[in-house]
Parts: sequence; structure tokens; C-alpha cells
Amino acid sequence: MNQYAELTWQGLWKNNPGLVQLLGLCPLLAVTSTLTNALGMAIATIVVMVCSNATVSLIRQWIPKEIRIPIFVMIIAGFVTCVQLLINAYAYGLYLSLGIFLPLIVTNCIIIGRAEAYASKNDLLPSAYDGLIMGIGFGVILLLLGAVREILGQGTLFSGAEILLGDWAKSLTIHLIDFDQSFLFIMLPPGAFVALGFILAIKNSVNSRVEALIEPPVEIEKPQRVRINKVS
Amino acid sequence: MYLSVAPSPHHKGTGDTSTVMRNVALATMPGIAALVYFFGAGVLVQIIICITTAMLTEAAVLHLRKKDISTTLKDNSALLTGLLLGLSIPPLAPWWIGVIGVVFAVLIAKQLYGGLGFNLFNPAMVGYVLLLISFPVAMTNWSVPTELSHHQVTFSDIISVIFTETTTTGMTVNDIRHTIDGVTMATPLDTLKTDLTLGLTVGESTAKDMFSSWAGFGWEWVNIAFLVGGIYLLKIGVIRWHIPVAVIGSLLFCSLLGYLLDPDSHGTPIIHLFSGATMFGAFFIATDPVTAATSNRGKLLFGVIIGALLYIIRNYGGFPDAIAFAVLLANMTVPVIDYYSKPTSYGNKAD
Repeated sequence: MNQYAELTWQGLWKNNPGLVQLLGLCPLLAVTSTLTNALGMAIATIVVMVCSNATVSLIRQWIPKEIRIPIFVMIIAGFVTCVQLLINAYAYGLYLSLGIFLPLIVTNCIIIGRAEAYASKNDLLPSAYDGLIMGIGFGVILLLLGAVREILGQGTLFSGAEILLGDWAKSLTIHLIDFDQSFLFIMLPPGAFVALGFILAIKNSVNSRVEALIEPPVEIEKPQRVRINKVS
Repeated sequence: MYLSVAPSPHHKGTGDTSTVMRNVALATMPGIAALVYFFGAGVLVQIIICITTAMLTEAAVLHLRKKDISTTLKDNSALLTGLLLGLSIPPLAPWWIGVIGVVFAVLIAKQLYGGLGFNLFNPAMVGYVLLLISFPVAMTNWSVPTELSHHQVTFSDIISVIFTETTTTGMTVNDIRHTIDGVTMATPLDTLKTDLTLGLTVGESTAKDMFSSWAGFGWEWVNIAFLVGGIYLLKIGVIRWHIPVAVIGSLLFCSLLGYLLDPDSHGTPIIHLFSGATMFGAFFIATDPVTAATSNRGKLLFGVIIGALLYIIRNYGGFPDAIAFAVLLANMTVPVIDYYSKPTSYGNKAD
């Protein structure tokens, strides 16, 4: 069980794909303008990651080492196509609003990175779990960024949830602040960069504070420097 | 007697940051006076909002960074950032426009890069571009010069419009912007750009009311006032002549070229030089010592880039005026310019 606890810790915090590895920035920045889009993207990414990691792990003995990357890409592309067709069929509005970024999950470096770094070397269950946890770690950042940008950008939360979850979800939309005009900067990719930067800064500062609590920093004796340009 | 063996520089200037910033702020006074005369006291209200926000933001960030608040605030750089941004936003814009712009300018464009002296981009212009991109409607609602305006706007109306978005009698900014003829009026450069896209020639566009004098009603005097302030800065040695001269020179060259080649679709050099924010930009924005190039040759090149970009964006871009974009784009080139325009030190051969 220890292995799974380690995987969880790595995927959610220590080695979070969105905050530490900084992989998959393209969907992270492009589709997080609302919480609904972020949620759709998160679910799609998690499904693809679990399936591709499991498949890669199952067939890892038969993959020739030299051509492993093209094979991984083909496996991932297969699952992405499935997810894309499913979303096209059951959540057409979301399909339209995610646009090109849905098929582009294929090129998301997190997925191929986990296939290469973990799934191609480990058994089925740990690999699938790794895909799930890494996907969730990425999805949490997507949701956080989507929520922050939606609140600051247009003052709502979960607007358009019905296109993802069906008509009952219309009541999920919360109007927090009433703006006359939306704050376009936050809705555009530059705003996502700035918001991500702040989230990174918060994560790093929490990290260093916790580490300082666990083990107090060792005082390093600094070498003395002599200044010769001042006459006292 | 003792002989000092300190390394160079041996000759030190006497002015400190605080004095320099205060002098720049003082030099904007003629410009502020002209703006207030033509566009009403809203300009002053915006400046006060912006300066207050700038000081508070700077103090808050310094507190977070555990730096000494009072010594840094006394260098007046936050005050100047607030002042420059306050001068750039429309006089009757809602109060939160200035607040958002200044917070972004001081917090992100200046303090996150490490504070005064470390910022790559001109903070005031970063704030301005953020506002222009985020709130294009509010940022392009420039007031009509008071003399051409249909409505007499009192000071309480101005306060009311800025803080509640309607006057005491219930008029919005757009209602106030009606001229005597009952049409809303944009800035001269904006009008020129719109008319050109509508298929009018420059001659037909400049026949309108607002061009009744030579470069757009009110705007020419605002520019002359900033020019006077800029010359004062040159005279007391706060800025060098290189950047303003290069900006104005390259803008003059480009506009003259455009005007001579195709006078029907390119505004006259006079309009380009004395309308919009040309003089304000050339003397007060582009000369920011932190974000401009360092050497004299570099400054000339930096200015030329700004002037050329200014003309290109004004004529072929999506925005009627472009000081902020031109300055920010030129800021990006500064590290390269500085690298290639290093002056040869005394005694070494130029390579």
C-alpha cells in the first residue's frame, strides 16, 4: 500500500503535473476560462490518462524500445478519439467550446510523460493508479484556475454547466459579483499566465513554510568578505 | 590628508531618485493644467484616485516583502506611476478603472519584478494596456472638450459619474459626451481612423468641428503644454535629449513620408505630432530611466523604434493611438540594444 500512498503524494502535491512539472500548459492556459470548460477538460484528460497508462503497462513487454514513442502516441490518440467522439455525442456544447484543445490532448506531454516514465516500467494496477492520480492532480489545477478566472473575469461560477451535465445543472450557476463589463484580460490567455503564476507562488511559499516546520534550516557559515573600497 | 582608492565612478551626481521623480511630476503640471482646462476637473479626480491607490499598493507589497515602507515610498516612484496612469485614462472613467490599472502596474509590472530599477516594462503603460484590452469601451470614452460639449457638467456631476456612473440628474458618460450638434465625439485620432475605414479622405475627416484648429480641438494645447514641461525637464537635466528627439524625429519622418506618398489616407505630420499622446509619450513615458536604453546611441535607437512603431500602429493597427504599445514593444528590445551599444571605455579600441 505504501507504493500507492507515495504515488498519491507525488501526483497531488510533490510532483504535481500542473504546478511542479509544468507540463500540459497549453490546455491549462487555453481552456480554463470557465469552470465548466475546465471540468470537461479535466474529466477528458483523466479518462485518457488512466486508459493509456493501463494499456501501455499491459503491452510493455512487446513494445520494441526503439519505436516506443510512436506506439505510445498511437495508443493515446486512439483513446483521445474515443473521448472526443463521446463528448461530441453527449455534450455537444462542451465539444464546441473545447474546440481544437480536445484532439490536442494527444500532444499533452503529461500523458506521454507518464506512459514513458511510469507505465512502461510498472505493472497494470500501479500504472492505472498513477494515471488516475496524475490526472486528478492536473485536473485540480485546471479547476482552480478555471474557478479563479471565471470569478474574476465575469463574476460567476459554473456558468454554462448545463452543456456539460445536462439541463438540471442550470441551477448550479452562481452569480457572485455583478459586472457591467467582463474583465477581458483574465478571460484571455495572458490572464491565465498571471493567475497560474500566483498559484505557483502560493504553492511554493506553502511548500517552503512546511519544510521549514519539519526541519529547521541549518545555519551555513558564510565566508567573510573584505571590502577594500571604503575607508572608514 | 588621505587619498581615496575607491573604484569608479568618481564623479557622482547630486540628485537622488526622490528629487528626480518629484521633478518629473512637477513637469507634468502644464499638461495637467491644459487637460483640466479642456476636459474638466475629472482629470484631477482620476489622478488623485490613481496616486492614492499606487501608494497603498506599494506600501502593501513592501509590507509583504518585509522591506522598509517609508524609505521606499519616499522615492516618489509609486507617486509618479500613479500620476502618469491617471493622466492616461479618460477623465470620466469609473473609479475602478484607475484602481485596477494602478494595482496591476505597481504590483505585477513593478514589484513582482523586484521593485524600482528591476522592472523590464514601464509600469504605467503596462497598467494602461491592461485596461485598454480589458475594458475597451470605458477606456475609449474620452470626454468632449468642455467648450464643444452640449451639457454643462458641474464638479458634483463629475464626482457622481466617476463613483456611481451616472450624474445627479441621471445622465451616463455617453450622454455627457454629446456635442452641441448632438453627436458623440471621439478623440481626433480615433475620428480620423474611423473616417478612413469608412472611406472618407483625410481632407474630408479633418473638415469636421473637432479639427477646427490645426491638430484637433484642445489636443494641440495639451501637447504643447506637455512639450513645455518636457523642455523644462531637459533644461534641469533630468532627461537627456536623445529619446524625445528620436521619437519625434522618427514619427515626423514616417508621417511626412506617408503624407507625401498618399495624402488622402495618411494624416498630416501636424496631426500626428500634436494630437493624441505624442508629446506626453515622448518626454514623460519613453524617457523612464529604468526601462529605456542606457547609452546615448542606444537611446537614439530606442526612440526611433518607438516613433516608427507609433506611426505603424496608428495607421495600420487596430488602435487609434499607440504610445503604450510602442513603448512596451520597445522596452523588449532594450536588453539587445544595450548589449550592442555599449560605449567603449576610455583607452580601449572600438571593435
